[in-house]
Order: sequence, then structure tokens, then C-alpha cells
Amino acid sequence: MGNTILEMKNITKTFPGVKALDNVNFKVEEGEIHALVGENGAGKSTLMNVLSGIYPYGTYEGDIVYKGEVCQFHKIKDSEEKGIVIIHQELALVPQMTIGENMFLGNERGTKNAINWNETYSEADKYLKMVGLSESSHVLIKDIGTGKQQLVEIAKALAKNAQLLILDEPTSSLNETDSRALLDLMLEFKKKGMTMIIITHKLNEVVYVADKITVVRDGSTVETLDCAKDDVNEERIIKGMVGREITDRFPKRHDVKIGEVNMEVKDWTVHHPLYTERVVVDHVNFNVKKGEVVGIYGLMGAGRTELAMSMFGKSYGTDITGTMTINGKEVNLKSPREAINEKLAYVTEDRKGNGLVLGKSIKVNTSLANMDGVSERGVIDTDREYNIAVQYKDLLKTKTPTVEQSVGNLSGGNQQKVLLAKWMFTDPDVLILDEPTRGIDVGAKYEIYCIINDLVAAGKSVVMISSELPETIGMSDRIYIMNEGKFIGEMPASEATQENIMAAIIQSTGGGEKA
Amino acid sequence: MSVKVTDALKKYTMAIALVAIVIFFQVQTSGSILLPQNINNLISQNAYVFVLAAGMLLCILTGGNIDLAVGSVVCFVGGIGAVVMKANINEWVAVAMMLIGGLLVGAWQGFWIAYVKVPPFIATLAGMYAFRGLANVVMQGYAIGISNTTFLNVFGGGADCYIPDFFGGDGMNLTCMIVGVIAVVIYIVMVLRARIAAKSKGYEVAPLASELIKMIIISALVLWVFYKLANYKGIPTVLIWVALVLMAYTYITGNTRMGRYLYAVGGNEKATNLSGIDSRKIYFFAYVNMGLMAGLAGILTVARATMAQPTFGNLYEMDAIAACFIGGASAYGGEGNIFGVIVGALIMGVINQGMSIMGVNANYQTVIKGLVVLIAIIFDVLSNKKKK
Repeated sequence: MGNTILEMKNITKTFPGVKALDNVNFKVEEGEIHALVGENGAGKSTLMNVLSGIYPYGTYEGDIVYKGEVCQFHKIKDSEEKGIVIIHQELALVPQMTIGENMFLGNERGTKNAINWNETYSEADKYLKMVGLSESSHVLIKDIGTGKQQLVEIAKALAKNAQLLILDEPTSSLNETDSRALLDLMLEFKKKGMTMIIITHKLNEVVYVADKITVVRDGSTVETLDCAKDDVNEERIIKGMVGREITDRFPKRHDVKIGEVNMEVKDWTVHHPLYTERVVVDHVNFNVKKGEVVGIYGLMGAGRTELAMSMFGKSYGTDITGTMTINGKEVNLKSPREAINEKLAYVTEDRKGNGLVLGKSIKVNTSLANMDGVSERGVIDTDREYNIAVQYKDLLKTKTPTVEQSVGNLSGGNQQKVLLAKWMFTDPDVLILDEPTRGIDVGAKYEIYCIINDLVAAGKSVVMISSELPETIGMSDRIYIMNEGKFIGEMPASEATQENIMAAIIQSTGGGEKA
Repeated sequence: MSVKVTDALKKYTMAIALVAIVIFFQVQTSGSILLPQNINNLISQNAYVFVLAAGMLLCILTGGNIDLAVGSVVCFVGGIGAVVMKANINEWVAVAMMLIGGLLVGAWQGFWIAYVKVPPFIATLAGMYAFRGLANVVMQGYAIGISNTTFLNVFGGGADCYIPDFFGGDGMNLTCMIVGVIAVVIYIVMVLRARIAAKSKGYEVAPLASELIKMIIISALVLWVFYKLANYKGIPTVLIWVALVLMAYTYITGNTRMGRYLYAVGGNEKATNLSGIDSRKIYFFAYVNMGLMAGLAGILTVARATMAQPTFGNLYEMDAIAACFIGGASAYGGEGNIFGVIVGALIMGVINQGMSIMGVNANYQTVIKGLVVLIAIIFDVLSNKKKK
């Protein structure tokens, strides 16, 4: 350690109208894990794209010094030849091809006109062993889980002879166990002398794995923290990211009266839509009262989204049994429309895939789930529609010049607000919010929490599904813990701690294996 | 300001291209492409493209889905009409049968596409074969003439397919000119009223200058077309049908719930379903509607030819699809509008006609048409790329 492997000096990158990077200086030493943190749009990815040659030499100002020489990368291949390999957040694997084919895609073994398959697969197996993946390299990518796919990506990078590995949000689609395994693998690589840069939103991961932390804010590097010298914790990092002390990450609720039970679910069981013998949600019982925020915490894959979508008009699963009562009336919801009519709303975790029509305006998205509210006899009242969109824009403080703005151009936090507006406009009594703050920055999170508080203050019930423990504990009145399709515990938020929730999950997982 | 001008240019790229194409042929044909008779022919010959493209747009909006069967359906439905009228059955019964025939065909295809999830390309490919075959069955392989004059006059065929001149003016058709003026006045009043209403409620409105320019261009264009038509034989009856269809679909796509759903399904089907909208119904509607438009196009086609033939409608589906894509409809769905379709259909029509007048070898005409479609799409792809 101690040798500087990479130094980026005075990097400035401008896009038409925006200065994405402003005089950035960034230094990485050999053999360390260097975390790059910052809010969405702060410029982390842009900086890495400059480094890897996605933005070719000449389109930015400043110098990249790698291993003591000034580099001019014109394309990704140039940086890869030097051993700088970037693994992007979206996995770049072809599902229909084998692990081996994917690993050497664009980097095929053999001669120009003939691929040497023996060499391909034996080398692939070698690299798979290095990342601790026990699959055969003949297995198709689509047949392995995302956690293993991420490992294949890393193996692919190693096959390119990587000396500086850049991981962009490597754990964003992994569950807790797989994430931990990946981080441990990084620590192991570090022992072997590999240098790594990790970009992530998850600050607990940063604290766990990083030697140094560089904070990027508004296109400039604000500070670099050295974990060996400075006292680094999550609060300290957040302070750097947002530029001020966040005294309270979760706004307090005042004088919200919790009333009678608004929705109750009993013996709710759901089977997998394709593998119908698999039970995804197993005899779940829970309720939510008026004015109450109920948190459902579980690891990814626990069956939380499946539970919510099956409740929302059977949008997921087959062979759904159990009873559901809304406002004291037993309901049997067969379609999203019926669910909406019974005053239930489901705000999806996947706002781009399942939530918003990205190419259309805020106005169009706001009214989509309640066109009855803006039309008469099939004809849209454009005035009313416009006014309602503006009303929600103001109410939720969505940042946009006009409601005619296309939703695809908004930031994640503002998209989430449009999605909330859409469901608030259906005038629901019960809102199921599935990961309402996923992938949005600290400031926007706070605003979303305030909206949740306003909703319960108005007497509505909120079921908040989350895989962030601090958020679950900070925002809920009551918490249910879900694991492997079952509800394994319930506790008031006042009694909940990160430790006892995790302990409950680990205990139930162990118990499941014994049985 | 300069940003706004480039924005406007981008929005109306194809309309500007249309003007350039017209000017090109105007020069090349020493002015004959804009003769009253040729304007008249441009409308009459391409009436089926406008009608089919309006229907096709709705299918394309749902996700770039196309209907390959419309050419065969036009032929099939036209055959039914000709056979029925030959048996001396009332022409309105024949018209009803043709439209219902189109609807049923649309329901047949829409059912498989929407509820059984057969890919539209394949479902309509099957329809393309089957309905061509059925057309042959109906006509038993022969051409069937149509002599019902009411039918021909109303739907734009034969010699008398123009709105008669009630004033009997010499040389110029006064009725035609008056209709043109009235249309322009109604248009201007509607635009101004909408603007005043929007302003009084405090909504954002387009800058007055740009709106005025747009209004003047459109008004001048309409008056000019009617002036040309007045100097020929007046308003061709088929123009009425085309105008009605285009106005109706402008309204449907822009102002109705169904129109909104078509865009939403094409934009993000999963999100639309989770918003409580049954996307299957939307697909079904799009294809039933396409069937209805194919029925109307069938009527217009046999009326214009004054007969039905088993070869009619060949490649009509491609004309309609091309008009939509040239007019800026997205091949992935969710984007496109009737104005674009009109421009697209006109571009194809003008190029066809211009080349015929110039006497370009018919074999090369098809090659050039193909290139025009390609260039239009390349243009679209490139300008979209820049947006990102």
C-alpha cells in the first residue's frame, strides 16, 4: 500500500447546459478499496465513465494518471487493456448464453475465425473458482440467480486481467446474504493485492468494506475520509453527502390518532404462478389501523412484494386463499380495478417497470389510475386533468417546470412523487407502499417520509414494505417481520431494534432447516 | 427563442419535408403536380391510405403492433359488397354488411391477439392469407362490376362523385369555395375560443405569434386546396369521408379515455394493468377498430374502381404502415398522432403521383418509395438520439 495507482486531476466534464464534473480530483492507492459516495446525480457515474473511456479523451478536461503515466482512453477497450475494468449496475449478460460464452463475449478464446470452446470453458471454470462460484460454466445465465450473475460479472472482469476493478452499485439487486458474500469476496481480493473502487448507496456497506471514502457532491469531490484515521460512521458520511447535518432522518408524527382496524388479512396463502406447488406467501395474518403506519420488514425474496400484489386484485400468483376485510367488509378482489374501487392502492417498488409510463407527461401519469375522476362519458376534461396534476405537484413539492414534462426526464425522487400522486388521486383508504424510497437520495427520502406522515394524519392507513431496517424502525408504528413467505414476528416500533429483528430472521431461517 | 424555433422545426420535420418534396416535383413536372386535377386525384387515389392509416395508428400505438391483413380484408369486404349489390339488394344494406364484415374480421383477429396472446404479426399474417382466400371464394375468382349509382356517387366512384354546385357558377364551383371558407371560419373560431378559455382559467398557452402563424398556414392551405378543387369539379365525395375519419380519430386519440389508454398500453403495459385498466380490452378495441376501417376502405376502393376484383387491396397494409411510421409513430408504441399520419400519407401520395407524371419507370418507383420509408425512419431515429 502507499503507491498511488490512479490519479484523476482537475477533471471537468460538461454536457450541453450542465457542468456534470467540476474540477474533480480523485486519488486511489494500490491495494485499497475506495468507496465513491454521493447523492443521485452528484457525478459518480460520470467520473467512472470518464475513467473507463466511455466518454473518450478530448470530451473532458483534465488528466488521468494511471500507474505513473498519463492515459488517453478513446474507448472502453483502451482502458481494459490497461487493466481498468468497470462492472455496471445493470448486468451486461445475455440470458440465453452459457456462463462461459458470456465471460468471453467480445474477448473470445481461440483464433479469429474459430472459437476454442475447450479453452473457453476450462478458463471460465478457473475464474469461477476464483470468485467462489460452484456452477459449471456450461450453465445458462438465465438459470442462475442474480447473486450468482453478479459473481459471473466479476469473473468476467478477472478474465480481462483486471488490476483496477470498478463496481457500480454491485449489490443493488442482491439480497442481504448475497450482498454480504460479495463484500467478503472484495475483502479477499484486497488481500491478494487488487485495487477496487465501489460506488454504492448503501452506507453500511461502505463502512464495512472501504479503506477510503470519497464524497462527491454537485459534480465536485467534497472530501476523502480515511477509515484508518478518521472516525467514520453513516451519519458522518451523510453529512458530507448532503452538506449539512441531518439531525433527524425520520420526521416525527404529531397527534396522529390511531383508530380502528381498516384492513385485515387472514390466512393469506399464495402459490407461485408457474411452479404452482411452491408456496410463496404462507398463511399470513395481519391488520392495519386507521392513521397507522405498519412496516413489513423482510429480506429480498421473503415474499413481501408477492403478498402485496396478490392482495391488489390478484396481480400476482395462483391459488390464492384467505380472507381480506376492508372497512369491516369482506372483499374478494379479482382485478386491480376492483381493488381500486374498494379503496386499496398499491404503489409498486419498480416505478419504471410497473409504475409509470415514462414517455408520457406528469399529467397523464397522475390521472391514469382514476380516469373517471377527470372524464365524463369517455371524454377527458382536459382542464380538470391539468388542474389536478398541478394540485398534486404543489402538494407533494414535485420539482418540475410544468406538469406537461415527461416523467422519464425526472429524477428518481420526483418520479416517486408522481407515482404517489397517481395513487393518492384514486382516494384510497389503505396504501401499500412497496420500497417507497428505493434508489432515491437522502433529501428526497425525507420528503417522501413527510408525505407518508401527512397520509396517516388524514386518517389513511399505510402499509410500508421495506428492506431498510432504520427506515422500517424509524417510520413505522408497528412492525411485522417476514421471512420465507411467513410472518415470523410482530412488535411495536418502540421495542424494535436492528438486532432483535435480524435475530428473529436468523432464528426462523435456522428453524426452517431443521423441520 | 432560437431553441423554440429548432423545437418547432423538429416537431414539424416531416411536414417541412413534404413541402420540399412538393416543390421538387413542382419544378420537375413544370408545375403540373399542383394542377387542380392532380390535387383532386391525390385525394381520391389515396383516400384508402388515410382511412387505413388512421386505424393502423391505433394498433401501432399499443406497442408497435401492425395489422398485415388489412389489404386482404379490403378485398374481402369489397367482394361481399359487390356480390350483394349485383343481386340487386339495396346499397345501404350492402354498406352495412361491408362495415359489419370488417368489424367481425377485426373481432376475430382482436380476440386471438388480445385474449389468447397470439403475436399480432402472426395472427394478422394468418388473416392476410385467409381473407385473401375468402375474397376469392366470395367472388369465385372473377371481377364483379358495380352499377349502383347511388353507392358510387356517395363513396367517390364513377363520374358524378362530386358535391353538386348548388349555385351553378360558371367555371368555378362556388359551393366548393363556400364550404372551404366555412371550414376555415369554424376552425379559427374553435382555436380562438379554446385559447381564450384557457387563458381566462390561467393555463399556460402557446405564444400568440406561433399560434397565429400556425393558424394562418393551415387556413391558407385549406383555402388553397378548396380553391384548386373549385377549379376542377368541386369537392369529391370521398373527401368528406376522409375528413370525417381524420377528425374523428384526432378526437379519439387526443380527447377520449380510450385514446389515452392506447398510448398508456404502448408506453408501459404493466403499469397500465396495475392502474386498473384491462390492457386486453385495449388491444381488442384497436383491432376491432382496424377491422371497421378496413371495411370503410373496402367500400371506398370498390366504389372508386366501380368493381371488385380478387387482386384488390394488395399491399395496402404496407401503405398504411408506411404512412404511420413516416408520420412519426414509434415502432415501439406509445407515440404518434393523426397529424403525422396525414403528413405521412401525403408524402407517399405526392411521391407516387410526382413520379408517375415525370414518367419514372414503374419498377424504379417502388425502389424510391422503399428508400423514402427508410430515410424517414433514419431521420426519426437520429433526431430521437439527439434528444437523449
